[in-house]
Amino acid sequence: MELYDLYQNNYLVVLMFLLLGILLPMVALTAGKILRPNQPSKEKQTTYESGIEPFHQSWVQYNVRYYIFALLFVIFDVETVFLYPWAVAYEKLGIFALIEMGIFIVMLLIGLIYAWKKKVLKWM
Amino acid sequence: MMNDLLHSAPSLSNTLIFFALGASLLMIVLGFVTYAILAERKVMGFMQLRSGPNKVGGRFGLLQTVADVLKLLLKEDTIPKAADRPLFIIAPVLAFAPAFMVLAVIPFSDSLRFSDIGIGLLYYIAISGISTIGILMGGWASNNKYALLGGMRSAAQMISYEVPLVMSVIGIILITGSLNLIEIVDAQKNLAFIFVQPLAFIIFLIASTAELNRTPFDLPEAESELVAGYHVEYSGFRWAFFMLTEYVYLFAMASLTTVLFLGGWHPVPFLGFIPGVVWFAIKFSLVVFIMIWFRATLPRLRADQLMSFGWKVLLPLALLNIFISAVIKEIWF
Repeated sequence: MELYDLYQNNYLVVLMFLLLGILLPMVALTAGKILRPNQPSKEKQTTYESGIEPFHQSWVQYNVRYYIFALLFVIFDVETVFLYPWAVAYEKLGIFALIEMGIFIVMLLIGLIYAWKKKVLKWM
Repeated sequence: MMNDLLHSAPSLSNTLIFFALGASLLMIVLGFVTYAILAERKVMGFMQLRSGPNKVGGRFGLLQTVADVLKLLLKEDTIPKAADRPLFIIAPVLAFAPAFMVLAVIPFSDSLRFSDIGIGLLYYIAISGISTIGILMGGWASNNKYALLGGMRSAAQMISYEVPLVMSVIGIILITGSLNLIEIVDAQKNLAFIFVQPLAFIIFLIASTAELNRTPFDLPEAESELVAGYHVEYSGFRWAFFMLTEYVYLFAMASLTTVLFLGGWHPVPFLGFIPGVVWFAIKFSLVVFIMIWFRATLPRLRADQLMSFGWKVLLPLALLNIFISAVIKEIWF
C-alpha cells in the first residue's frame, strides 16, 4: 500500500508538471492577446522569402536521406531499450549476460559498418 | 517535506501542493532563463572584448532581458496566410511542455526534489525526445522554405545525437544498477562519475550540446544560410516560447550533467559545511559556463561533418565505453 501511494504520488507530480507546461504558454499567449496590437494586412501575412515574392508551397517531397537517418535512429534506439534493463540488472545476470550482450552489440555494429560502407552515413 | 508528501495517501490537497511546488520551480526556471540569457551575452561580450548589454537596469544591464520579454509580449503576432494554422499554434506549446516536464525527476538536493520515479533517467530521455516533434512541426507548419529546412535539419541532428547521448550513460547505469537519478547521485558520494567514466562524460557533453542546438552544432538556426531556421515565421510570444524551450533545456541538461557526472549535491572533500543546494548550484553554473564558452570559441560545423561525427565517431566510442565499463565492473566490483 505504501509503495502504491508513492507510485501514484510520483506520477501525480509528473502530471502537475505537464499541466504547468501547457498552462504557461496558454496564459502568456492569452495575456499577450489582450496587450498586443492587432492590425493584420495582406503584406504582413505573406511568407518570408528574403524579400522576393514567395512562390509555390514549401510542402514538397523531401530528400530521402532524412528518412534513412530516421530508420537508423529507430534501430539504435531500440537497441538502447534492450541495453537499459540489461545494465540495471547486470549484477544479477553476470558474465553470461555480458557475453550475450557483446554478441548483440557486435551484430548491430556490423549493421553500422554495413551502412557506413554503403555510404548511407555520408551527407550529400 | 517532499518525502513525507510522496509517502502519504494521494489527495486533492496534496495535488494542489504539488501544483504550487511545480509552479514555484517554474518561476525559478524563468528567473534562471532571464539571467542565463544576460549572462550569456555578458560572458560572450567579455570573451569578444566588448562590454555586452550595459544600458537597461544599471551598469550590468540587469534588466535587459526583462525589457526584451516585455517588448515581445507587446509585439504583434502574425501568422502567415499560407501556414497550417492549428499546427502553427500548437508547435511552441508542444516544444515547451516536455522541456519543463523533464525537470520533474531531477533532484536538486537531498530535500529539494520533486518526483522520485524509479526510471528517472529513461523518463528524461523519453520526454525530451518529444520536443523534436514540436520543432519539426513548427518548421513544417510555417510553409516557409527556410523553416522547413531548419526543422528537418534540427530533427535529423537531434535524433542522430540522441543515440550517443543515450548510450554514453549506460556505463553509469551499469555501475549504479539503477535508473533512479537520486540513487545515481548517492552512488557518487565518494567519487564523482566524471573520474570513473571520463570517456562517457566527453561523449555526453558533446552530444548534449548538439541536442541543445547550441553553437558548434547550431545548424538548425544557422543565421547565415537559413535566416533563423525553424522559427523564421514566428513572431512575438510564440517565438519567445521557442527561445524559452531552448533555455529551459539548457537548465535541464546542465542539471542532468551535474546529477550524472559531477556528483549532484555532494560536496568536494573537506568543504562539507556548505549546503548541498549551493554545491549543486556551483556545479550547475560551471556546466552552463562551459556551454557559453563553447559558443564563444567554436565555429559552426558543416552539415556533413555534423552527421558523420555523430555516427562515425561518437556512436562507436559510446559502444566501446559500454564494453569498457562492463569489463571494469566485472573486475573491480
